[in-house]
Amino acid sequence: MEAGILLLPGLLRGLRVTLEVFVLGAMLALGLSFAVGLLRLSRFPIVRTLAAAYVEFFRGTSLLIQLFWLYYALPFFGVELSALAAGVLGLGLNYGAYGSEVVRSAIRSVPKGQWEAAIALNLSPLVRFRRVILPQAWPLMLPPFGNLLIELLKGTSLVSMITLGDMTFQAMSLRTTYARYEVPLFLLLLVLYFLIATATSAIVRRLERRARVGRSA
Amino acid sequence: MGDEWRWDVAWAAARKIAAVVPVTIAATVLGFVVAAAAGLAWTIARRSRSALVRGAVEAAMEFVRRTPLLVQLLFLYVAFPRLSVFAIGVIGLGLHYGAYLSEVYRAGIEAVDRGQWEAARALNFSRQKTWTRIILPQAIPPIVPMMGNYLIVLFKETPLLFAINVTEMMAVAKQFGSETFRYLEAFTVVGVFFFLMSYPASLVVRWLEARFGRAG
Amino acid sequence: MAGAPAIVDANRALQDRARAREDAAVRRPIVRFRGVKKAFGAMTVLEGIDLDLYPGEKVVVIGPSGSGKTTLARMLMTLETPSGGEIEVDGEPLFTMVRRGRRVPADERHLARVRGKIGMVFQHFNLFPHMTVLRNVTEALIHVRRIPPEEARRRTMAMLERVGMAEHADKYPAQLSGGQKQRVAIARALVMEPKVMLFDEPTSALDPELVGEVLAVIKEIAAKGDMAMLLITHEMQFAREIADRIVFIDGGKIVEQGPPEEVLLRPKSERLKAFLARFRNGMGLR
Repeated sequence: MEAGILLLPGLLRGLRVTLEVFVLGAMLALGLSFAVGLLRLSRFPIVRTLAAAYVEFFRGTSLLIQLFWLYYALPFFGVELSALAAGVLGLGLNYGAYGSEVVRSAIRSVPKGQWEAAIALNLSPLVRFRRVILPQAWPLMLPPFGNLLIELLKGTSLVSMITLGDMTFQAMSLRTTYARYEVPLFLLLLVLYFLIATATSAIVRRLERRARVGRSA
Repeated sequence: MGDEWRWDVAWAAARKIAAVVPVTIAATVLGFVVAAAAGLAWTIARRSRSALVRGAVEAAMEFVRRTPLLVQLLFLYVAFPRLSVFAIGVIGLGLHYGAYLSEVYRAGIEAVDRGQWEAARALNFSRQKTWTRIILPQAIPPIVPMMGNYLIVLFKETPLLFAINVTEMMAVAKQFGSETFRYLEAFTVVGVFFFLMSYPASLVVRWLEARFGRAG
Repeated sequence: MAGAPAIVDANRALQDRARAREDAAVRRPIVRFRGVKKAFGAMTVLEGIDLDLYPGEKVVVIGPSGSGKTTLARMLMTLETPSGGEIEVDGEPLFTMVRRGRRVPADERHLARVRGKIGMVFQHFNLFPHMTVLRNVTEALIHVRRIPPEEARRRTMAMLERVGMAEHADKYPAQLSGGQKQRVAIARALVMEPKVMLFDEPTSALDPELVGEVLAVIKEIAAKGDMAMLLITHEMQFAREIADRIVFIDGGKIVEQGPPEEVLLRPKSERLKAFLARFRNGMGLR
């Protein structure tokens, strides 16, 4: 208890950074998921191949390596990113690759007849996608997006290793000050992540319920 | 800053990193063995007749899945100072991915026809024999591709062991980088190593998936 | 005694049809297939179809499954591209257009403009599951024809009334029977006021007891309206009642065509005879 009172304020100092990286990373990842997921369904083979290469590349290497590369290796090309920018970019690119697979497979699982009916009604390509396909694909995307969001949150802890002052980073520095309490310290840190993850998954569940409204069986 | 890529440096980095490839592979394989065993234990415990046990196991798994592996490793590191860092790494990877593999096992087990349980009951198999002789032999083969996927995921998470001072590929790359100030080559080479190992493996898994179908 | 009015009706219908055919001869076809071919990979589905459809004409296409008749309708709806030949709608090529004096593949705008003259009803309805019946029908009115929502709603309700689905306007497709779904799908296509309506086996996916309600709606539509119809079906009795002309396709070719009585009752080719023999029993064809 005493340890908690002692340690919590220190950890909470990192909460803001954790949430900031989480939200910005998620926004970037979501945008990339849609952009790349749609490019992978393009009519042009070259576009599909490039999009696939991006996905394979980011899924084939580790997030930590990607973060280190963006932060430590990119300056060799004259591009110096702040730790925050590198963290957000790394998380966004990495989880965007996974998310694009979600978008692609959800769109592909909308029955072909729906596309055909939309064409037969002469809806423009944009309207076809926005009003017919997306509303049917979106509920399919939400559960896997929810899982990816939790993974992304967990991934934010890695930014501590590129000097960004998130919760994990704060724990590492508190550890040197309060060596006696290092076990409760990390336990408390785990609980904090668990709470944020649980809140995130509750929000996604609500979105799932909302997306299902009106689609009675 | 601004100097271009140097092949001699890259080569030197590659040689150093290659020397610890066995450490990464050992951590991956042992971590996966622990995960496979832990996952099975979780799965069977989840089917306990006691609601209390079921609830506790579900909650524990949920906790493991919703917290970062990195922090779990740090926690184990400070909580068990007597264990070697390598052992902690293996246990951490194993427990974390055990929670994921448990979902995979569950999907496999649920795909086994109910009639199989009933037939086993009718033939008077013991509970243990029902699991080992009837259910698992049917549940495991279809989930092999998915388990393969997690093997690759686990492999790609081994750089985190660097945070608890295991001398694996990432640690060597970081050290090389800070000694020579050539982070570009060090981190590029380590990335290439990971890609060269994980990408072919993922092709194998995809082939397995296409061949044996997906479970769940 | 009871037979007499029926004979008079039938005679009148025959005269009407004959007149319609004469009219058609002097008018320009609304749809023209010229040597249209379609192959999927190595498999040839259609080899050189020539077919004209005149305004107001009701043409029924029959033939064994796999004969390519569905492909014919799908090409007209731009859901498939022909491998050869040309399709014209209202005097204008469907898949090509003229740009700077040269004939080039049609772009989306050209397709959309020509497509606006055609409506289609699918075998599997293809209603939008996330929209109510009302929105299924208003959607294209509002987003394609740019009709104000209030007016779109009014036209939709009138159309739903016509197919007997007005009281279900606020339901979702999942709450409807197959026959009801198909009637909504018909309303959805019809409300766009196409010049040509395509029906691709509209009753094949229905339970037998639901076929009647859908055929009745189609018949009602066919009776009034100067809309041309291309209808693919296996319902021979229905084909006989509704068609101005029946086209028999087999093996990717038009084998025989003509007025229903000719084609159905006095088939010339062996293939058509064999095909019709399968329907003799229980189809009310004597």
